[in-house]
Amino acid sequence: MENMLTVSSSPHLSSGATTRKIMLDVIIALVPASVAAVIFFGWKSLMLIAVCIASCTALEYICRKVMKRKNTVGDLSAVVTGLLLALNLPSGLNPLIAVFGCVVAIVVVKQMFGGIGNNFVNPAITARIVLLVSFPVQMTTWEKPFEWLKTADSVTGATPLALMSQGTSTGYMDLFLGNTGGCIGETCALALLLGGIYLVARKVISPIIPLCFIGTVFVLSFLLGGDPLFHILSGGVMLGAIFMATDYTTSPMNPAGKVIFGIGCAVITVLIRFYANLPEGVSFSIILMNILVPHIENLTRTKPFGKEKKNEKA
Amino acid sequence: MGDKLSLPLKPFRSRGGVKAPHRKHTAECESVVMPPPSEVLICMSQHIGVPCKPVVKPGDEVKVGQIVGDNDAFLSVPMHSSVSGRVKKIETVTMPNGSKVQAVRIESDGQMTPFEGIKPPKIETRDDFIKAVRDSGVVGLGGAGFPVHVKIGVERDKVDTLIINAAECEPYITADNREALENSWGVVSGIKAVMELMEIDRAIIGIENNKPNAIKVLNEVCREANRDMHGNVCVLPLKARYPQGAEKVLIKVCTGRVVPEGKLPADVGCVVMNIASIAFVSSYLKTGMPLVTKRITVDGSAVNRPQNVIVPIGTRIKDIIEFCGGYKCRPEKIIFGGPMMGLALPDDEMPLLKQNNAVLAFSEKEAARLEPSDCIRCGRCAAACPMGLTPPLISGLVAKGDAEGLADNGIMVCMECGCCAFACPANRPIVQNMRMGKSIVRSAKKK
Ligand code: SF4
Ligand code: SF4
Repeated sequence: MENMLTVSSSPHLSSGATTRKIMLDVIIALVPASVAAVIFFGWKSLMLIAVCIASCTALEYICRKVMKRKNTVGDLSAVVTGLLLALNLPSGLNPLIAVFGCVVAIVVVKQMFGGIGNNFVNPAITARIVLLVSFPVQMTTWEKPFEWLKTADSVTGATPLALMSQGTSTGYMDLFLGNTGGCIGETCALALLLGGIYLVARKVISPIIPLCFIGTVFVLSFLLGGDPLFHILSGGVMLGAIFMATDYTTSPMNPAGKVIFGIGCAVITVLIRFYANLPEGVSFSIILMNILVPHIENLTRTKPFGKEKKNEKA
Repeated sequence: MGDKLSLPLKPFRSRGGVKAPHRKHTAECESVVMPPPSEVLICMSQHIGVPCKPVVKPGDEVKVGQIVGDNDAFLSVPMHSSVSGRVKKIETVTMPNGSKVQAVRIESDGQMTPFEGIKPPKIETRDDFIKAVRDSGVVGLGGAGFPVHVKIGVERDKVDTLIINAAECEPYITADNREALENSWGVVSGIKAVMELMEIDRAIIGIENNKPNAIKVLNEVCREANRDMHGNVCVLPLKARYPQGAEKVLIKVCTGRVVPEGKLPADVGCVVMNIASIAFVSSYLKTGMPLVTKRITVDGSAVNRPQNVIVPIGTRIKDIIEFCGGYKCRPEKIIFGGPMMGLALPDDEMPLLKQNNAVLAFSEKEAARLEPSDCIRCGRCAAACPMGLTPPLISGLVAKGDAEGLADNGIMVCMECGCCAFACPANRPIVQNMRMGKSIVRSAKKK
């Protein structure tokens, strides 16, 4: 035959899954939370989302160009990082600070370690923590929901967790719907749960990490004398458990590892909330567990089929 | 063998696997017999053992079923002429895996005169039977090409279960389905012969549940046959999930037994035979005609008339496609076997081998593949691996050339089924990587 045939290795079929489709699903799953953010905190949150997505994508593009690597903006992972970072910010934040966060997330955490799949901590969370440490005041100035509808200068409020430490409680319904102070994307549990259900239904994530995370926070805060329902609905637990702790690159691959990871995140979160000098611990718990992932993976390796058990020596 | 073994009522659990598309377009196509092609090319290596040596010379007259190549080595089986005619030449061909082997090119006289020496084998003992199976030239017809006489020729009493592989989990292929529908009695009498002569207690026919007609027919004949086989044969419908037909997976789902790393099915008391092999054994016992034809599925978007064809072994792909109405469009890829494990061929001059069960010709669109991108550590590959391997971990070890680490992480149990690469959203060349890993371990062992 004159024409050469393609000779490639088996398999000659593919499931059709692509990184881009997966990231698109994550973006779709974040739509309810983004809409809730705009409803509660107004156009400022819309601007934050836009700024973060645009700068993350631009930074990813520039980084790949500078490093002379194949460009990966098309896989949409930078959009996901930008969106997640935006949802982790308070509504009144100066957009320039947000851009600085994007630089941390994309340039330092993601691309300097080799791009998608190679970072060992979650870019969005790390960026949030860096911002929290660098701009402690701006990062903890919360606006009250619906303030943006009023004409007067916006009034600052406090997060339910901060209120609780002062002895004021927030109603469950407000917590569930997101009618409280906090980062723009973390307050509405309902929207986050919808997104989570979508991701599980689309088989983008396994439900193990969110269930272990949220479940353990519930049980542990009950055991320590707290209000379990309040603890799972407040702060970043929902956002963290569903969207941040399930990041592929920085969480374990196999089910046993996911269980350990989810429980570990929850334990650290609750301990920080109850005993440390910080009102919120979700970001720190996830980043700490991110660092432990290689060890968790080592401990929970699946046994290959028909492999004899060797004397356990680590 | 102690207590009587019971037959499984439902499959045992297996892990991993993928939902590959079925694409069994030809499931309802009655097999057609292809007329003798103008020439055939009989390769001397159509089994995993040492290649045979040609025993004919150019110019010799040969008839259908006459031996043209043989070898005494343990894992070898004889090769027979699939047509009658004249030996044109003995040449060297490059096999799809890159190795070079001798082959006998025979010009057909179109008569298909059977060889005079053909008569049903006389079988009195177990050893007679094993020898007859060898003489028939049969190898595992499912794809691997492991000689059947070696599978069954283990010590007496070692094997208690005969598993018939009718799973046919690869997309497109329907040849086994047709075997079950068109030759169910052959299948059952083959099972009966093997069970009796090899003193095996039970037989389980494993078949994916996407072949309801074949299951029905097999159930009927088994019910009949069980009258004089003490109810020891059953049909076990399996869920249609690739790769149920992989030998180790099939043994697990049919018996619950796990074949240890580096061991053979016989080590857990099983013999696995493809449904086409068992049906062939039965016909060989009756007629003595060795393995000279093969039922294959011809399909793919570049073929005009996809169908099941009974083809003389050694027929060139070109002639087979010609018989199926020729190419519909320029083929971009031609595959021997199914799309998950099949081999892509460099051209359509390759002759059909005994162990092939399909020829697929894909158009450019169907053959299109995406560029690989970076691994996102999503874990889909690990979740899909029926052998419990973790490909990203192994890729890291391959890059480091760490033979010990690779062996520890089970690389040698990888059966190259392709589930991992099928599931991968980044289109990583995982199966190539696995092969590379295996060769690292093999060469480290040699040192
Ligand atoms: S399926 Fe592909 S992208 Fe996902 S972990 Fe495996 S190799 Fe990486
Ligand atoms: S090819 Fe190997 S690693 Fe991939 S799924 Fe199959 S057995 Fe597992």
